[in-house]
Amino acid sequence: MAARLESWGRRIASGAEILSEDLERITRGRALSRGLGRSYGDASLPAPGTSEVVGTVLADRVLSFDADTGLLCAEAGLSLREIVRVFLPRGFFVPVTPGTMFVTLGGMVASDVHGKNHHRDGCFGAHVTRLRLRTADDRVLSCSRQEHPELFRATLGGMGLTGHVLEVEFRMVRVPSAWIVCDSERIDDIEAFIAGLKDAGRTWPMTMGWIDCLAGGAHMGRGILLRGRWAERDEAPGYAPRPIPRLTVPFLFPEWVLNRFSIRIFNEVYYRAHLWRHRRRIMHPEPFFYPLDMILRWNRIYGRRGFTQYQCVLPEQGGSARRFLERLTALGGASFLCVIKDCGAEGEGLLSFPKPGISIALDMAVRDDTQRIVDALNDEVISLGGRIYLTKDSFTRPEHFRAMEPRLPEFQRVRRIWDPEGRLKSALAVRVLGDRP
Amino acid sequence: MKAVLLGATKGMGRALARLMAERGDALFLLGRDPVDLAKSARDLEVRGARGAIGVAACDLERADSFAPALDAADKTLGGFDTVIVTAGLFGTQDRLEEDPTLLARLLDANFRGTILFCEAARKRLLLRRGGTLCVFSSVAGDRGRKPVALYGATKAGLSHYLESLDHRFRGAGLRTLCVKPGFVKTSMTAGLPAPPFAGEPEAVARVVLRALDRGATVVYAPPIWAVLMLVIRNLPRFVMRRVGF
Repeated sequence: MAARLESWGRRIASGAEILSEDLERITRGRALSRGLGRSYGDASLPAPGTSEVVGTVLADRVLSFDADTGLLCAEAGLSLREIVRVFLPRGFFVPVTPGTMFVTLGGMVASDVHGKNHHRDGCFGAHVTRLRLRTADDRVLSCSRQEHPELFRATLGGMGLTGHVLEVEFRMVRVPSAWIVCDSERIDDIEAFIAGLKDAGRTWPMTMGWIDCLAGGAHMGRGILLRGRWAERDEAPGYAPRPIPRLTVPFLFPEWVLNRFSIRIFNEVYYRAHLWRHRRRIMHPEPFFYPLDMILRWNRIYGRRGFTQYQCVLPEQGGSARRFLERLTALGGASFLCVIKDCGAEGEGLLSFPKPGISIALDMAVRDDTQRIVDALNDEVISLGGRIYLTKDSFTRPEHFRAMEPRLPEFQRVRRIWDPEGRLKSALAVRVLGDRP
Repeated sequence: MKAVLLGATKGMGRALARLMAERGDALFLLGRDPVDLAKSARDLEVRGARGAIGVAACDLERADSFAPALDAADKTLGGFDTVIVTAGLFGTQDRLEEDPTLLARLLDANFRGTILFCEAARKRLLLRRGGTLCVFSSVAGDRGRKPVALYGATKAGLSHYLESLDHRFRGAGLRTLCVKPGFVKTSMTAGLPAPPFAGEPEAVARVVLRALDRGATVVYAPPIWAVLMLVIRNLPRFVMRRVGF
């Protein structure tokens, strides 16, 4: 039986994970580390010709925590889910969280994840104070804004290509309660949506929205805008949020389940189900931050061929989001999870995804025409001055990525300094960055 | 509980120690690598263990390390009432057949070393009128089987010893818990094809802690393995010769 590795979007590669609690030992001489395998495309898969990747999940110890400063240092395989479970009851939360808790600290650094608070707090990397890395020459070293600052910047969002992340030190934030105040509003079209995000961002620490990308014309970009903040102690219920039972998608759905018609119905119901125009409630933090985690293995609904997420950020110049959605509709791309969010300033990470503008993310089942759709969307994004998020990507071509990423030569320069022989690589690096397999 | 754990830096031991730390038990860690022990101690402290966690070097392959390690634990904890052993070596049958050095080490650590350690521990527990000795054996010791002929032999001997301890010293206050994990996904079994009913270390730890609290003598974890092993123990030899498990 040939061992195989799978990513969240069901990209598949032959190869196996090498697992041990002793990350320092197993990263020696290896090309890539992988956490919980939640990146959608091929970022966590071995380059063709490589059969092993390091699995970090058993290296999951907290090495130190200072409750006065919030400084937490832990091994790279520690999951966000465990961090939330241990620290939220004590009044601490991660400074930035992605939309799933099934990620590791190492993965959060490699993708330089962003969240609903990007407009205010930036990426996760902005809160990282120090990393311990195994570099390509098999040294183990500490890097930060003071020690090896170039390597540090390249590692934030560097897709694991600058070294194996062994330990991460970052600052947790104090929260007034373990509950969220969530304010939601039904919005009629994309222009109102973007204005709403901007407006909300001025006073709310967390904002994002779901839009119906199948609604055309006047209703294009209608959806639900969410604003959130941590509840103050006097607003929160007097008890801790209880663990939520989760459902599991038991098997791969057949491909006909998701089609334009079923997606249209889902979007319609989702939009209409928000009966009030405006609603405010106290929410459990998990359905607020991680709504999709309520259903385990939800990637199975996309069937055997899996899915890809197209996530891009577009600078806001008159109507770029509408132009993008029009292009998407014309291409026949259908998505029933279209997430929109405004991004703040570009961070330090040399390849970090966010920059000022509007981020749009759509999940698409992989079909025969997916490559064509992604190519066309990439052309559009390039002409609008935007870029895509490598962590979600499976189909972008190297020439497209080069055209949308002016920082790439600098990233590659730093990589060559630390890894002149090109030992560290992944399937993504071969596909998008032109690494030799 | 005031517990001494040998082998809690990894796998099921790590998971069990975390559960105990989170409910506020006082812990002391024994193991081979002092640096690794210190890291696990910090992890458990942050997760809520009662007081600072002490550590001492102790190696199942070095019987002379047992007494000083247990003395250090006794002193730091002010008299421990529970000793938990999750340490042990593992090798696949093929590997052990090929590598006599590894086989010798495994026989030494899993049988001779573990029993000598348990003897040292149970004497200390009995001196203060009892306590609990919890040792991780394995379902591999329940029946002679093709894939675990050698590893299983050490665990069969260990299970046998633990049952006898219970018979001999229960009246004197020694409670003995023999844990029999089935296939559990840890670094020990990494790379092996996982059979159906493979367990997670956290789930095993919950089962073991419940068994510890209620004073059980034998516990299978995950619990389904009790049923599987009941069947396997009762299969006739001509069947066992034919099957691969």
